[in-house]
Amino acid sequence: MSARAFLAFLAVCAVIGLLGFGLLNKGEAKIAVGDPAPDKVLPVLGGSGQGSIADYRGRWVLVNLWASWCIPCREEAPVLDRFARRYGRRGVTVLGINVQDNSDDALAFLRENDVRYPQLRSIGDERSAAFGSTGVPENFLVDPQGRLALIWRGPVDGEFLRKQVVPIVAAHS
Amino acid sequence: MRLLAAIVAVLALASPALGAPQTSINDVEGEVMCPICGTLLELAESPQAERERVLVKRLIAEGRDKSEVKDALVAQYGPAVLALPEGKGFDLSAYLVPAIAFVVAAVALAFGVARWRRASRRPGGEGPAAAKGPSGDDAERLERDLARYDL
Repeated sequence: MSARAFLAFLAVCAVIGLLGFGLLNKGEAKIAVGDPAPDKVLPVLGGSGQGSIADYRGRWVLVNLWASWCIPCREEAPVLDRFARRYGRRGVTVLGINVQDNSDDALAFLRENDVRYPQLRSIGDERSAAFGSTGVPENFLVDPQGRLALIWRGPVDGEFLRKQVVPIVAAHS
Repeated sequence: MRLLAAIVAVLALASPALGAPQTSINDVEGEVMCPICGTLLELAESPQAERERVLVKRLIAEGRDKSEVKDALVAQYGPAVLALPEGKGFDLSAYLVPAIAFVVAAVALAFGVARWRRASRRPGGEGPAAAKGPSGDDAERLERDLARYDL
C-alpha cells in the first residue's frame, strides 16, 4: 500500500470514528425490567443537598420523571402524592426527578400541587436519556435491590397504581 | 438641604437608566435553543419555550447581560440550550472538522490543478492540448462511417 493510499485510509477511518463517537455519545439508553436502575447523584430540587435512587436501597422506589410544563404531570402529581403517603409505611417511596425544566417553575409546580414526596433535579435531559425516555411523565418501579421492576412510559393514575404497582410490591414483600 | 434633596431626586431618576437591561429578549432568543423543542427559541411556540422566554425576560429585568443570561440558562437546562456548540471537548469538533475539511479540500484542489496544468503543457501528455484525432485504419473507418450516415 502506497503512503498516499495509507493516508487516505487513515483519513476515512478518522471520519468514521468521529461520526461513530458522536452517535454513541448522543444515543439513548435501552433499559429493561431486571436491569439496574440508571442512577446518579443529583441535586435536591429546592434544597441544598444531593440524593439518588440508591439512598432508598432496601425500599421500593417509584421514580417519576416529570416537568412543570407537562399537563399529564399536573394530573398525576396529586395521585402520586396520595400513593406516597398511603404506601410509605409499606416500604414504598415515590421519588420525583424533575427534567427538562427550570427550577423556579418546578418549585412553583410542587407548591401548587402540594406535592411532598422527595424530589431531585436533573439539569437538562440527561436523566431522561439515561432512562431511554421519550417524554414526560414516565414512571419506573425500582425494587429494594435497585433493579427495575416496572417501566411505564406515560402518566399513572390510581387504577394503574392499584393494578400494576401494588401487586408487584405485595408479591415480593 | 434643598441641594441635597435635588441630588437625591436626580439620582433616583437616573437609577433606572443605570440599571437598564444590557440585552434584550430578541438579542438572546436567536442565540439559544428551546432544548425540548429542538429549535431556536425565537422559532419555538411551545409552552416549554414560553416558560424559557419568561425566565430570560426575568433575568434581563434583573440587569444581567447576554453572557450572564446564557450562563443562567445553561445552569437550568444544560449545555444543549446553547445554539452554538461550546468551543471545548467533543463540541470543538463542530468547529475543527469543517475548517480542516476546507483546508484539505483546498490543498487537494491546488495540487490537482497544478498537476493537470503540468500534464497539459507536456508534449504527448494528458489533457486537452494533447488530444489527437484517430490515425491510420481508425481514420479510414471513421471516414467510412461518417459517409454512411451522411444525409
